[in-house]
Amino acid sequence: MDWHIIIAASVKIVVFVFLVTLPLVAMSVWAERRVSAAIQDRVGPNRVGPAGLLQAVADGIKFLLKEDFTPDHVRKGYFWLAPALVMVPALMTSAVLPFGSSLFGEKMVIADLDVGPLFVFAVASLSVYGIVLAGWASNSKYPFLGGVRSTSQMISYEISLGLSVVPLIMIYGELNLSSIVQYQAENGWALLPLWGEGLSVKGFLLTIPVLISFIVFMTSMFAETNRLPFDLPECETELVAGYHTEYSSMKFALFFLGEYAAMIIGSGLAVTLFLGGWSLPFGWLTPESADAAVPWWHGLIHIGTFFAKVIALILFFIVIRWTLPRFRYDQLMRLGWVFFFEIALFNVVLTALLMWWLA
Amino acid sequence: MTFLFYIFAALALVGGIGVVVNRNPVSAAFAMIVSFLGLAALFIQLDAYLVGVLQILVYAGAIMVLFIFIIMLLDVRVEENRRFPFFGALCTGGVAAAFAALLLVVLNRSEVGAATLPALAATEGPGSSDVHRIGELLFSQYWFPIQVVGILLLVATIGVVVLSKKELK
Repeated sequence: MDWHIIIAASVKIVVFVFLVTLPLVAMSVWAERRVSAAIQDRVGPNRVGPAGLLQAVADGIKFLLKEDFTPDHVRKGYFWLAPALVMVPALMTSAVLPFGSSLFGEKMVIADLDVGPLFVFAVASLSVYGIVLAGWASNSKYPFLGGVRSTSQMISYEISLGLSVVPLIMIYGELNLSSIVQYQAENGWALLPLWGEGLSVKGFLLTIPVLISFIVFMTSMFAETNRLPFDLPECETELVAGYHTEYSSMKFALFFLGEYAAMIIGSGLAVTLFLGGWSLPFGWLTPESADAAVPWWHGLIHIGTFFAKVIALILFFIVIRWTLPRFRYDQLMRLGWVFFFEIALFNVVLTALLMWWLA
Repeated sequence: MTFLFYIFAALALVGGIGVVVNRNPVSAAFAMIVSFLGLAALFIQLDAYLVGVLQILVYAGAIMVLFIFIIMLLDVRVEENRRFPFFGALCTGGVAAAFAALLLVVLNRSEVGAATLPALAATEGPGSSDVHRIGELLFSQYWFPIQVVGILLLVATIGVVVLSKKELK
């Protein structure tokens, strides 16, 4: 085995997952509190560090130092396993996201797989076990109801989430996320085809199914990450705190962080598929091919662009959470099965017809 | 990378044994997921990314979620109180061991086990990923079986809907 590959992969994993994504998780908790405060005309956490930026650190220390209490009536092994099962899949999916073009001749993606989006969906679908297990292992009524709700919600929306991506894969003819980004860098982002081959009747007509896909994808993402307006598994007014009622200290924090990590990875996938990933608009600073070497400062700008887009989408997630009221459970199920499932299916047919007609 | 093969093969086997040994149905179902994950990793080691990912996506991520969902809702406890069937376990264990021994002997003697299969066609360049090749095969050479399977699944779906309705009008 080539040591060069192992070392490069380890550095990418450590830097991207542990030095960028995890702090981003902590910062989005802070952003959530500041934005919610701004929306509700409050101040929010602004005491620790400049503008309250170190609040996340303080929170982390608090969670670590609190008493880690395991109730007597729980199934111990599964109770301890559940928080890890929420956090691990969320971080594992980051392996296939291209977070930059290349830096010093090294591709800025941990694993350049040919099944990118499928890998993300497959691993993300495992995170439901953490919530199910938390609900079941807690051995009490509200967590159990939360777990059951979460299961049915996540498997319902997984279908429309997967189907909503199919039109894009048909357009790109490619499942490798790096190639998808390179295609968008050259021919216009899926949602903004204003340069390259995208600047044509075909490019503009294809934005119709892409826009439908984007709406279905984002809404399903809200349901998959259990965020408001679809946070029924932990809805306080009905279920105390849902599946993590019995958890305390760092184990509770892991559920919390897992939710945010899933949100960040979801935003990353949306950015990669719909908004051109790390590429700048109008084909600026576009590398010649997916494997071409780029100057180091281009590479840094590409990485910055990717994270700027991801942060913008996270802010969108947060603003939605604090503006919309919660759905009722039957409304949620109806929306998933009766509307989004059909819309996504119809969208696949529409894309096929458009591509056949324009070919 | 042989040690990875042994790790994941052991994972798949331990999961499989866990399914049989565990009395608690939820534990058994989770052992099955572990087994599926090991199996998926083995597929991925063989460069069959699509098969490996589908193994996780369909079996571990969708079917087993439904299994666990139903098991948890029904709260099955019959198995936990049952006495361990010593004689039955001995017999089935014997049969399994005999079958494994038979396989070992046959595979060791036959030439199929000794031959190294030829490598797959081009694995570099555009259109060469296993997703592309499986897709092309499915929609050209095997288009008819695919249609038949699709219709069968549709019939099954309609059948389930009809059966699960309480009264027919």
